[in-house]
Amino acid sequence: MTDTLLEICGLNKSFEGVNALCGFSCSMKRGEILGLIGPNGAGKTTLFNVITGFIEPEDGEVILKGVNLTNSAPHRIAKLGVARTFQDVRLVRQVSVVDNVLLSFRAQLGEKLGNVFFHWSKSQKCERENFKVAMSLLEKTGLYEESNELANDLSYGQQKLLSLVCCLAADAEILLLDEPVAGTAPAMIEQILSIIRDLPKQDKSVIVIEHNLEAISRICDRAIFMDAGAKISEGTPEEVHNDPKIIEAYLD
Amino acid sequence: MEYVLHIIVVAGIYVGLAIALDLLIGHTGLLSLAHAAFYGLGAYTSALLSVYLDTPFLVSLVAGACLAILLSLLCGIIVLRLSAEAFAIGTFGLQMVLFSIYNNWMEMTKGPFGLKDIPRPAILGLSPQSHLGFSIMAVAYAVVAYLIASRASTSPFGRVLRAIREDEVLAWSFGKSTHRFKITVFALSAALAAIGGGIYAHYVTYIDPTSFTVMESVLVVSMVIIGGAASRYGAAVGAVVLVVFPELLCFLGLPGSVAANLRQILYGGFLVALMIWRPQGLLGTYTFSKGGIRG
Repeated sequence: MTDTLLEICGLNKSFEGVNALCGFSCSMKRGEILGLIGPNGAGKTTLFNVITGFIEPEDGEVILKGVNLTNSAPHRIAKLGVARTFQDVRLVRQVSVVDNVLLSFRAQLGEKLGNVFFHWSKSQKCERENFKVAMSLLEKTGLYEESNELANDLSYGQQKLLSLVCCLAADAEILLLDEPVAGTAPAMIEQILSIIRDLPKQDKSVIVIEHNLEAISRICDRAIFMDAGAKISEGTPEEVHNDPKIIEAYLD
Repeated sequence: MEYVLHIIVVAGIYVGLAIALDLLIGHTGLLSLAHAAFYGLGAYTSALLSVYLDTPFLVSLVAGACLAILLSLLCGIIVLRLSAEAFAIGTFGLQMVLFSIYNNWMEMTKGPFGLKDIPRPAILGLSPQSHLGFSIMAVAYAVVAYLIASRASTSPFGRVLRAIREDEVLAWSFGKSTHRFKITVFALSAALAAIGGGIYAHYVTYIDPTSFTVMESVLVVSMVIIGGAASRYGAAVGAVVLVVFPELLCFLGLPGSVAANLRQILYGGFLVALMIWRPQGLLGTYTFSKGGIRG
């Protein structure tokens, strides 16, 4: 099928004998929001780390738009259109909110030292354009007022929101969101979910890890239940939710 | 008057060195212990070219900088693959190797006897033979180093360096080739240090390896940390303090042997006091935490 965006085949990865991924395969279509659920230690975050190149799988392949990503360095994968957030909200804490957003822009002339000294005006122009985009993103997401504050001074929920905004700025085709609403207040959950729900309209696809099943069922087209590194169940969020195998897995 | 001008020359060179090193320590979070070695590389390259080949001053200076870039790229490609801690150890090793070369390559560097009769420079027909001329040159070097470092650190390039300092994994996930950024800034920093070395060699007209020991590297690190890493004028202030402060002790009228020891004691005490009460340095805003250089 031509609209397959990401194809994952037979991933294996173990840490000191513990299988984090055990022959995991799945595929996703363009514009899809895919939920990834499962108990702690099921291998969900490991899967993200393998897709983004931070961990090399022992076996298997990750293919994005026909390009094999397996064993590529994380920055190359990021440039090919994959953006991610981390479970333990990662931000550049001692720089401002807007600088965090600016950092996630992929193509920046001013990041080459040669341009900084020999094409200053061109790189400044690029910087000003990026700045405008960054500010408008912050405005849309309600972080405009905080744009000059240090990322560290934001509330936990705002930090989660900011890391999502950074993913939006990356201009990626696939966003991997690791527990985007965990530990945030109800109002923030609503806001983050509505941003995620709008992503397919901007031609972006999402894989989201979340323990909040209600959130999953509200935003996801499809869900995968993982346990012990393998896919246990797959289908619409309701189907997965009602799958007897899952009740079994949780009761084990 | 000559004495004051001499202090200005020395201070100017150290300000440039400290600013160069701050690019690594303050802005990128990498501790380099090889800066005296790069400074020495610039001094020896420039001196040897001038003595043996009679090359013009500016050419010798640039040659020293180029050699420093080459060497830092070569080392950086290997050492910067490792952790920040390993980088500190790697640069310490580089410092030791280069010092041994300066100290033992008798045919070239004359080892511990030092190189003498290094010609005073001539730039565009002007030759700053006087202390005044040299102090202008040293200050110009410090200003240029400052301008280059602040342009680099306030640009998007510098923003990525700060991201690497705080969370390299995150910077990586943002699509930045952190390895390339670290190598580039290491080379820039080494080149700036080497230019300082070239100026020094032509100023004193005699160099020997004792000016380029690991203690000299540590002194420049102290300047950055005392002044305040990653702050606007911190490195420069730290350099001036550590150059001028010991000189002031000379006016206490103590016998030379006592003054030299007292200097060491005060210097150590100052560093300890600063680490206790003001770990971010005199002008710094960025705090070094216990677990290495972190936010």
